[in-house]
Amino acid sequence: MNFDDTPQEAEFRATARAWIAANAPKQYEEELRKSSLGRTQLKNANILEVAKAWQKRKADAGWACLHWPKDYGGRGASPIERVIWQQEEGPFGKLSGMFIIGHGMCGPTMMAFAREEHKRTYLPPLASGEKVWCQLFSEPAGGSDVAGLRTRAEKDGDDWVINGQKIWTSGAHYSDYGILLTRTDPNVPKHKGLTMFFLDMKSPAVEVRPIKQASGASDFNEVYFTNVRIPDHQRLGEVNDGWNVSLTTLMNERMSIGAGVSTGFPELFDYCSSLMLDDGPAIEDRAVRSKLANWAVKASGLRYTSMRAISALSKGERPGPENSIGKLVAGSMIQDVATYALDLQGAAGVVSGPQDAEVAGRFQAMLLRAPGTRVEGGTDEIMRNIIAERVLGLPGDIRVDKDVPFNKIPTKGRS
Amino acid sequence: MNFDFSDDQKQLRDQARKFLTEKCSPKAVRVVLDGKAPYDKELWKGLAEMGFLGVAIPEEFGGAGAGHLELCVIAEEMGRANAPVPFSSTVYLAAEALLIAGSDAQKKKWLPAIVSGEAIGTLALFEGKGNPSPKNIKLAAAGGVLNGVKRPVADGAIANFAVVAARTGTGGRDGDISLFLVDLKAGGVEVKSLTNLDPTRGQAELTFRDCKAEPLGAAGEGWSILTEVLNRAAVLCAFEQVGGADRALEMGRDYALDRIAFGRQIGSFQAVKHMLADMYVSATLARSNSYYGAWALSTNATELPEAAAAARISATQAFQHCAKNNIQVHGGMGFTWEFDCHMYYRRANAMALGLGSLSYWEDQLIDRMRKKNAA
Repeated sequence: MNFDDTPQEAEFRATARAWIAANAPKQYEEELRKSSLGRTQLKNANILEVAKAWQKRKADAGWACLHWPKDYGGRGASPIERVIWQQEEGPFGKLSGMFIIGHGMCGPTMMAFAREEHKRTYLPPLASGEKVWCQLFSEPAGGSDVAGLRTRAEKDGDDWVINGQKIWTSGAHYSDYGILLTRTDPNVPKHKGLTMFFLDMKSPAVEVRPIKQASGASDFNEVYFTNVRIPDHQRLGEVNDGWNVSLTTLMNERMSIGAGVSTGFPELFDYCSSLMLDDGPAIEDRAVRSKLANWAVKASGLRYTSMRAISALSKGERPGPENSIGKLVAGSMIQDVATYALDLQGAAGVVSGPQDAEVAGRFQAMLLRAPGTRVEGGTDEIMRNIIAERVLGLPGDIRVDKDVPFNKIPTKGRS
Repeated sequence: MNFDFSDDQKQLRDQARKFLTEKCSPKAVRVVLDGKAPYDKELWKGLAEMGFLGVAIPEEFGGAGAGHLELCVIAEEMGRANAPVPFSSTVYLAAEALLIAGSDAQKKKWLPAIVSGEAIGTLALFEGKGNPSPKNIKLAAAGGVLNGVKRPVADGAIANFAVVAARTGTGGRDGDISLFLVDLKAGGVEVKSLTNLDPTRGQAELTFRDCKAEPLGAAGEGWSILTEVLNRAAVLCAFEQVGGADRALEMGRDYALDRIAFGRQIGSFQAVKHMLADMYVSATLARSNSYYGAWALSTNATELPEAAAAARISATQAFQHCAKNNIQVHGGMGFTWEFDCHMYYRRANAMALGLGSLSYWEDQLIDRMRKKNAA
């Protein structure tokens, strides 16, 4: 049992480290290091531009999408090399936020289902960040129940005509392309009538409207399609086989190993280390210490769970299901951590403006952003279902709509 | 990175599981639970024959001279099987104290006897309520004899010898405490069994009256030795707790698959599924924290105190969580004496207190993290 790199891993790490030291946008390092959930922005620069520039620079030197084949803009690296890169990239990795969906979900789906010429055309600029992609799955009527979506695709000559609405589309407002899951046959049970496409987000009659979130920020969008035409060669997978295609996408949504999930604990520990309460330093207070210790072991538990997965990768094995707990644990933890940090501030905790609030309002921003982390990419409840069914082998939920034609499924509860 | 046990260590775990599945069935555990025997003597003998008692004891003292990682995988299986033997007292506490501080003569006298299963040892630390602290130790050592009362002492009624924490100074400082080695069969000690939460592991009160004792380690070094012993034992106990948590989770899962209510498996109800998923989460966090503890223990790392505290807290929580929710999944049947759920519930809650309760380890963890942060 050890934490050492193999000689090859150590060599790769040294190369990556040297390249990052010579090329990373150092001027933003401190700010990125201090950014936390709900507040990832730069004071004197547009973070999207900085992110695109960094991604392009990485791509030019062969450090983008490391695990992708070289022909598609990657490096052909092993999974463990990708993890080592992420460890070395450190705070600069936070600049990858706008590419996560494209690199993590759209790219792998294209790789599995697109025509060769499309892969060669579209994947390299996706890897280099010159083109940004989004994923159009969720709908007002289909969130956790994604197969309940209603956006129609109807064949017209060599094209498909799209009508409907998507929601919760991250980054649609700055995306160039998207992958789109549609209903092509409403007369069969819901999973059997779906088809996947990719499309140009700048197509006429694609309308993107930002959603104002509960936090006040706008990271997500509604996207409306009115008679949008998509050529058939942009179909991904067979007609009516879109559910299977989407499973590939969602499998890749699994939290990428090694990047580490945000728990808010390091921020809270730092804060408590210097905070003075009425009767002394917070870190010497029995109640504070107990809270900190309980969160500390969750944070370290996640860290070492991830290291166990990395060890499996290093040996060329597939990591076990342990890593599926990360998002579930971290999501509610960061919410609790933020709530507690504000509690320690007393009445002053209500002030959230960066100028006037305690520690520039980082915990207030965290608190307001946190509810989203427990919903996006699979709600806490869906994550528990996944663990119960795929890890523990418990039965799937009883699905009353499983064998019913989609257009016969009830759509409203109490009326 | 290879943050995992080796193939040999995993094989040893399988071997231990196979052995314990045969020799330590719930039926065998119940003999001790029902008070028909103070511990499972046959199992203890078998563990000695398998070489499990001396796996981390050097060959020169009769052991296998393997190491702490090997002991960790065996500990996990002992916890899984809820083994009714004085393994933790003898192997994690008494043997480790001897290895850390014993003279050559003391090691030669007791370690081979531990390996062969002839000697049961324990640590006599607590004196009534309260957590480990030099201030809580009143038992006095003077002129080579001990006077005072220790309670509770795990496996105190069946032990042949004890490592005893005694006061040799007048203040409440670390340097006022020294350790002593006492042959419990040589007179001067009155032993009284105490009814306790987990009858599969006995607890006792030991009253020392002018009891002869020899120093273990240097005078005034007792507290620092003890701290090291507790840190090591915390990691090893964490593996027992992880094993117990896993077993409780499995029992709950199996019952949820088996039991039909409202015309379906109860494991198909989300309320039950989600409870089991949460048990899996806490058991996984505990396992990962314990692996880090194992790494620190086996490499003698300076991180041991922090790693041990994290493993201890995480594994204690996980075992308690899994054991209580295993009963919940079982419903009424889980609350019967007949079903095995309560054995794990009892063990989980007894183990949560044995080396000092959570608040002690929370303090240890935060102190260490604070020092690291300041450095």
